[in-house]
Amino acid sequence: MSQTTMDPRLLRAPPKRKLRLSWADERVRGIVWQILVVGLFGAIFYWLWSNTVHNLEVRRIATGFGFLDREAGLPIGETLIPYSPTDTYLRALLVGLLNTLKVAVVGIVLATVLGTLVGIARLSRNWLLSKVAGVYIEVIRDLPLLLQLLFWYSIMQSLPGPRQSLNPVEGVFLSNRGLKLPWIEWQDAHTFALLAFVAGAVGTWFWSRRATALRLQDGKPRPVWPAALGLLVGLPLVVWLAFGAPWTVDWPALRGFNFRGGLTVTPEYFALLLGLVLYTAGFIAEIVRAGIQAVPKGQWEAAEALGLRPGGVLKRIVLPQALRVIIPPMTSQYLNITKNSSLAVAIGYQDIVSIANTVLNQTGQAIEGIAIIMLVYLTISLSISFFMNWYNARIALVER
Amino acid sequence: MQPFGLFSTRALSAAALAGALLAGSTALPARAQAPAQAPAAGAVNTFDAVRSRGTLVCGVNTGVAGFAQPDSQGVWRGLDVDYCRAIAVALFNDANKVRFVPTTAQNRFTALQSGEVDLLARNTTWTLSRDTSLGFDFAAVNFYDGQGFMVKASTGAKSGKDLEGATICVQPGTTTEQNLTEWARANRVRFSPVVIERLEEVVQAYASGRCDAYTTDISGLASTRSTQPNSEEHVILPDVISKEPLGPLVRQGDARFADVVRWTHFLLIAAEEFGITQANAAQMVNDPRPEVQRMLGRGGDLGKMLGLDNAWGLNVIRAVGNYGELFERHLTPIGIKRGPNALWTNGGLQYAPPFR
Repeated sequence: MSQTTMDPRLLRAPPKRKLRLSWADERVRGIVWQILVVGLFGAIFYWLWSNTVHNLEVRRIATGFGFLDREAGLPIGETLIPYSPTDTYLRALLVGLLNTLKVAVVGIVLATVLGTLVGIARLSRNWLLSKVAGVYIEVIRDLPLLLQLLFWYSIMQSLPGPRQSLNPVEGVFLSNRGLKLPWIEWQDAHTFALLAFVAGAVGTWFWSRRATALRLQDGKPRPVWPAALGLLVGLPLVVWLAFGAPWTVDWPALRGFNFRGGLTVTPEYFALLLGLVLYTAGFIAEIVRAGIQAVPKGQWEAAEALGLRPGGVLKRIVLPQALRVIIPPMTSQYLNITKNSSLAVAIGYQDIVSIANTVLNQTGQAIEGIAIIMLVYLTISLSISFFMNWYNARIALVER
Repeated sequence: MQPFGLFSTRALSAAALAGALLAGSTALPARAQAPAQAPAAGAVNTFDAVRSRGTLVCGVNTGVAGFAQPDSQGVWRGLDVDYCRAIAVALFNDANKVRFVPTTAQNRFTALQSGEVDLLARNTTWTLSRDTSLGFDFAAVNFYDGQGFMVKASTGAKSGKDLEGATICVQPGTTTEQNLTEWARANRVRFSPVVIERLEEVVQAYASGRCDAYTTDISGLASTRSTQPNSEEHVILPDVISKEPLGPLVRQGDARFADVVRWTHFLLIAAEEFGITQANAAQMVNDPRPEVQRMLGRGGDLGKMLGLDNAWGLNVIRAVGNYGELFERHLTPIGIKRGPNALWTNGGLQYAPPFR
């Protein structure tokens, strides 16, 4: 019975203080101040709002989001979902949002990989490697991103035209129209095979957790790879075969002005991705280096003294500690990639800013357009922050 | 930390508009206090605001040869620029009392809406939706244009239909963009767009071969072609895919200011019709034709009716010349013919109502 051991004073109800309507009462003062501050904010907001409405009315500028249902009529160069100029503004904005996500997500993954490699290279005992990494970081961080984007884009533009395109491997063409790759003709079977792969990945994760738990019980090692192979390769293969194994390669070919068929990486997308990844990787490299160096040397030595192999030292001892230092600034870098992707307008990649600006220009509704842009970035950024904070909390030092 | 990436003047300008509208009447010289009063004419009085400020702020293009481009001395030259000067002369009898604000295709409307400029003379097409839901009034048409395509001669394209499968460079936020998609749909031409905001960048993309064709108003194509190092390598296709009446526009709600802009344009047209030139304007005051006398302020008080000096017509033409002279000065050198912009007496569309 733990209650009997508890300090009886803690069980007593706190004394009820009567709220006196007097300036001398601390709580009354607190409430009054809070009401004042909130009221002031409300008044400022109301003033801004009513002024805006009034001014828009005086200038006879249309308001509201009714334009979203209207036909957009604007051409978009690359889309992830089917789009034609006869679609609505809403769909055009959705295409822009997906284009932003396409560059942000791929950019975050690639910048993390490259940044980590460069960060580790900078700590390498190989003199040349660490100096090359150092020079890369210093140069790339010191040049404005916009300048780098324009640089990469002008390099893309100075590639030969489609008729003289570089053709390093059969079916691969590099020209100022972008990179053309052969691609399979996508059918339902491929979608289901992809879903099977995702299901297999989830299954593998559960199996590896189970294997670890069982090993902790009886000490017997259970290899994960046979199950992983079956789930990740076997399952999608079976699904694909079950659908009759469709396999038609779509080769890019020069017809008329341009290449038709195949997969295209446009110069605009490639220049933007390259610029963002190289730039952000410079910052990430420094964060990774700082994170690893923040782990005291004693930790390495203690781990080695326990007989852990070098890989094990990094995986079990150093990285978990380094990640605690790395994750918070890394979140900022991920947010920066997302926000910097709006520099796309300078080089003609149609992201959400580019499309929303066109929409606001066509409809003349600047406030709505800017509000949409802000809402989109706020949502993406808050999602990234939310995920990273959750991850940070998960790997945080558990004090016992 | 990197700055928040809302790059580009248009975003800034749009944000500025949002700010200006939020912050209240900063951009407005005078504002009706009583909320019950209808937001009618007089609520936004540009005429008085410009007069009391002493300078006209004119939104022009960022650099289109023939319409608005700074020369090697940094002096703005072009048809639109001289329209701004003409209106400054009408208001102040001084062609230098005008400040030019370069605007992009994207930020021009917000610049006018927010009051950053008094007048937009920037190759802007008159359309119904711009006239209504954007809150503008188009004062006149100073150039009848149409949209076309420019390709490199080496592509061998002879007409727009030959552009099947081509990559086409276009600036966003313009009627150009919508005309292009509508034309492509109607003619079943498939194309891939490359959409770049800044004129210099879009021209660079075309010149470097990123695009097979560049589309904009034919006057703009002629202007771009004239600035290319080997202009004979570029061909403007014969297709004209749209009507583009370009002209100066003002904010809705100040009819007086719109009248000044409109009648200054008519003055330039009528002056050409009556043979009044920059050189002979002073002598033409003694011309026996009553309408010429009224235009130049000798008889009647047309200037006063506009709220201007009675000699405004004389001053304007002495300062900038008539419409034909402006055309000769700015557009003929870059290879643009009068075409629909000839006077109505020569089979063109330029026509001025009577000065009486």
